[in-house]
Amino acid sequence: MSTQESRKERIDRGIKVRSDGLYALMSWRELSYLTLPRFIMIAGMLSLPFLMPDMYWQRVISIVCIYAILALSFDFLAHYVGLVSLGGAFFIGTGGYIAGILNSYFSIPPFLTVPLAAIIGGIFCTLMLLPCLPLKGVYFAIVTLMYPLFMARVIEAFDIFGGTDGLVGIDSFSSSFAEQYFVIGMVLIFLFGLRRFVTTDRGLIFTAIMDNDQAVKASGIDITRYKALAVFIASAMGCMAGACLTHIYMWSGISQFALDFSILPIAATVIGGAGTLVGPILGCLILVPVSELLRDFGTLRIVFYASILVGFILFKSGGIMEFGQRKYEQFERWTQI
Amino acid sequence: MEILVYGTINSVSLALMGLGFAMVYGISRVPNFAHGALYIVCGFVTWTLFHKIGLPYFISIILSLCVNGVLGILMYRFVLIRVRGMNISEIIASYAIGLAILEGFRFGGFRGMTYTLPVFMEGSLMIGDVPVDFHRLIMMVIGILLVAGLWVFTHHTRIGLALQGMAQDERAALMLGIDSDFMAMLAMGFGAVLAGVAATLILPLGNIVVESGYHVLIMSIAVCIVGGLGSWTGAFFAAFIIGYAQILTVVFIGSHFQMVVALLAIILTLILKPSGLFGQQKELEERV
Amino acid sequence: MTDPILKTNGLSKRFGGVKALKDVSFDVFPGDVLGIIGPNGSGKTTIVNCITGFIKPTSGKVFFRGKDITGRPPHKIADMGVTRTFQVMRPYYSLPAYKNLVIPLFSPRAKRTGGWRGGGNLGNRQTIAIDILEDIGFERDSYIPFKKTSTLPTGYLKRLELARCLALKPEIIICDEVFSGLSMSEIASMVPLIERLQDEGITIVMIEHRLRELFQVANRVMVLNFGEKLIEGTPLDVMANKKVKEAYFGSEEVEEVMTYA
Repeated sequence: MSTQESRKERIDRGIKVRSDGLYALMSWRELSYLTLPRFIMIAGMLSLPFLMPDMYWQRVISIVCIYAILALSFDFLAHYVGLVSLGGAFFIGTGGYIAGILNSYFSIPPFLTVPLAAIIGGIFCTLMLLPCLPLKGVYFAIVTLMYPLFMARVIEAFDIFGGTDGLVGIDSFSSSFAEQYFVIGMVLIFLFGLRRFVTTDRGLIFTAIMDNDQAVKASGIDITRYKALAVFIASAMGCMAGACLTHIYMWSGISQFALDFSILPIAATVIGGAGTLVGPILGCLILVPVSELLRDFGTLRIVFYASILVGFILFKSGGIMEFGQRKYEQFERWTQI
Repeated sequence: MEILVYGTINSVSLALMGLGFAMVYGISRVPNFAHGALYIVCGFVTWTLFHKIGLPYFISIILSLCVNGVLGILMYRFVLIRVRGMNISEIIASYAIGLAILEGFRFGGFRGMTYTLPVFMEGSLMIGDVPVDFHRLIMMVIGILLVAGLWVFTHHTRIGLALQGMAQDERAALMLGIDSDFMAMLAMGFGAVLAGVAATLILPLGNIVVESGYHVLIMSIAVCIVGGLGSWTGAFFAAFIIGYAQILTVVFIGSHFQMVVALLAIILTLILKPSGLFGQQKELEERV
Repeated sequence: MTDPILKTNGLSKRFGGVKALKDVSFDVFPGDVLGIIGPNGSGKTTIVNCITGFIKPTSGKVFFRGKDITGRPPHKIADMGVTRTFQVMRPYYSLPAYKNLVIPLFSPRAKRTGGWRGGGNLGNRQTIAIDILEDIGFERDSYIPFKKTSTLPTGYLKRLELARCLALKPEIIICDEVFSGLSMSEIASMVPLIERLQDEGITIVMIEHRLRELFQVANRVMVLNFGEKLIEGTPLDVMANKKVKEAYFGSEEVEEVMTYA
């Protein structure tokens, strides 16, 4: 009287096992199994400007990349260092304003303002966030949440840097293609750079801080210093994105501190796959066009992102990347118990 | 004299705002980032009931406080309960809900400066040589009564003591038979009601705008951090410190500085004494 | 009489209403192996946390080589050469064993001293990590340092914890229950390791429950009970002491159950 029960079993695909480690060099098939996804991604991103028919959508690509850089920095901070930044807008706004100031008050050209904004902005943001680094992650979240709102209020109240009108008449990139390829290039560089970095030994320290900071402290390492380094990397990335944004729109204003920039990267990361560093980019590729389509609905966009966010958090989905990776690397079948 | 009066008024209103947040965090260790949203919800619901539907003012207030409470309980029951303990997810989830509510209101047409609530009592009286309108006085009185009442409640009633027990040591409370999830749910409902009370008292003094939601959230967090996350006596004292500091800067420097003061207070606290005034957090530096 | 390398003076710690440590003072001399024993809850781990900076004592002081190190941050104390192991280890289970050592080798102290057996110059960290592991008993020929940490038995994991301290070329290692969770034979092979570390000049403080094995290596023992120091002395003295027996077994007459080889 035995009841036949079956359960689902997941096994690595044959080709995945065959292409493990050195064996990947066995044949073209194994090699392409490993490299094809990356290749498709790089080729896809690089050819986007050609695929998009008109100016409007080409601008969308640039905006996607800006958000993607921000989402990358969020993912890095949140899942490789353990610091959740609820205020990406702080980085964008800081970088945006620095670039705007450098350009409109000092007439520095875009190809200089962007790196300058990244570095100066990175230092500024890191210093502002320094007090909460030795403390629990909650405080970092709280402070990053508040800073964008605070900065917007300060600029508005003191009417500095153009006040509510913002800084206008800022130079743009030399051509539309230059603009898009610059940001696409940056996204790819940051993506692969960060991926490489977190797998090095030094990158291991960050994950160690996230998992077991007691042991890291007991090993004689100053955690605050490494966290500050991580924040600097993330904020420099965000500031660079902000600077690009300023040059794309030729304008710097309070709306660069808007909630969009804080929420969308989080939603994109959660949807695309947290911790994968590629997931956030995918998430942005999906969410930003959708948000453009929803532009007519005003702030419903934010309701939309927020709801998605809550949904994913509740149901603990690993995101698209996790799903995709699982399908790519494993197959499922029912087996009898 | 002016400073004394306005300072006290400002402080009490800050205390009212911060109380809800402090209570929820103190009892269930859940940072409720939808606090500002709940504040605004009460305002808009009262407005709708009073102006659109035409219910008497007092009834509208009571009903919207109930709505707030239910909303808080639902929020806990369906969302926060699943992410309980995971600090970061709690923040993101409650923040997202708060955002959805606030921006939803904005989208739903609640824009502009036209939404107001009537004050409780017209007229004013003079304290010394400072004119103070009755509503502000009522707010102060009710605020102080509320804090006193809460103190009595948490120290002398069974549920209050249970909540305190949970605040001090959740596991021990669990072992003693106190259902921590149920208590947390109550705490959230209660905190939501407190947000509503704050809204009811403060909103008639101005307009109901969505931006106030964020403003209230920041002020509440400032009050709670300076006072020490988890201690509502600390929040009360912090409210006074920040409240007076704000009024002083308004008088002596300019009126734009309110938020700057709040933020400076937070940063200073984090640098100098991260656990706040009466903070009970021993292990502030990461998890042990 | 040489100066103590580590000294505590009146160390006390309160957690709210609980007095975890009450006025504990003791000395550790260079080259000692000091055992700290006591029933559960007597404050042993709290002492380690206070000494190594993970907890700030309510009152009292800690001195290392005469310098006041009370309340300093943990990484600074480790930087001076006072290292500790953790009772609950959380190594990188998914990584090869030697990768766990790479992190301590990034610390300033490792850079200065070159790590254990390092010449004074930090060359290739991975090589040094593997050398340390080999030194501590991971057979290189069997590729054990390269195995995934999750496949290693507890004995190796405990050695890994010690290796983490060794990577800093320490002067003191405070071992928090390093014998726990090990089988008799595993402990038997750990004892020579401890003795070897002592020969190399490292001062060792061991918090232990396994008294028989502890008394093989320790030359002095301190007993804690309810946060207070009961007695400090040689193992023989401690075992003969009536108060110690009462602390462990209660105040009835009991046969002396513990003998040591």
